[in-house]
Amino acid sequence: MLRYVAPLGLFLLLILVLVKGLDPERDLNALPSPFLGKPAPQFELPSLNDPTKTTGSADYAGDLAVVNVWATWCVGCRQEHGFLMQLGANGDVPLYGLNWRDNLPEAQRFLQQLGNPYVDSAFDQDGRVGIDWGVYGAPETFLIGADGTVLYKHLGPLNWALWEQKFVPLIEEARSPQ
Amino acid sequence: MKILPGILTLLLLSSASLAIDTEEAFEDPEMQARYEKILDEVRCLKCQNQTIKDSNAFLAGDLRREIRRMISDGMTDEQIFDFLVDRYGEFALYRPRASGKTLILWLAPALLLIGGAFVLLQIVRRRMALPIDDDPAAEG
Repeated sequence: MLRYVAPLGLFLLLILVLVKGLDPERDLNALPSPFLGKPAPQFELPSLNDPTKTTGSADYAGDLAVVNVWATWCVGCRQEHGFLMQLGANGDVPLYGLNWRDNLPEAQRFLQQLGNPYVDSAFDQDGRVGIDWGVYGAPETFLIGADGTVLYKHLGPLNWALWEQKFVPLIEEARSPQ
Repeated sequence: MKILPGILTLLLLSSASLAIDTEEAFEDPEMQARYEKILDEVRCLKCQNQTIKDSNAFLAGDLRREIRRMISDGMTDEQIFDFLVDRYGEFALYRPRASGKTLILWLAPALLLIGGAFVLLQIVRRRMALPIDDDPAAEG
């Protein structure tokens, strides 16, 4: 009996593995962030609003915050910019930017022309803070808890549907009384 | 024949201009060797089938710069790999280290070998149990 059942079982297992590989939702480039559930790295960088001042993780300490990694050379960032404008205006969760490997005048012009959804953006010219945050491609969006832990990291352009699906449940959970 | 050395020189120059890493070498050859060895072990996250030695993505350049700095600061290879894994996960290393998550990767070859040996043993045993009634003369 076993000599018939065992190959059939193995075959079914193989089918399961292969079907999982065909899942259209599966993003081959997505890597799990090692930061989930861990404290987000601290940083302090020149502010894009006023480069003579600094901005950084201290600005949103104690608050739930969204940190969006963006750059003017990044196509996905332009795609999600409209959504970010709405999210920033909505004001439910403060939105901070990390301007990654960019050029200061160009970054400022980008925000002037298309609108500035961010409370402030940190200017990470040489990508040093980006490395600390494990950034490997803009846009990336982090949800940071009030205690400074990384609750979620999203890769690629955001929109309302993704926001509702991925971020809103975590925000509600973070805000519900323990 | 005088043109030959000239062509050779040009060929040598062209390969130098194709190098991805244009930074100056370390003065200490031992440090340079460590640097190059580490670069061969680290995946460029932006272009996932290249090491950061082969890639001209700016992220690879940033990581080369960080590794260069860490070597200059006297960090050990282990500390440098820890730095990368803390930020980018085991996936950043071409040879993931043996840990809970990657154990299956390391054990799979041994498990497959043992499984194969077991199957082979079963087949051999079964065949040995068969009566030897073949007539060699009847073969063919």
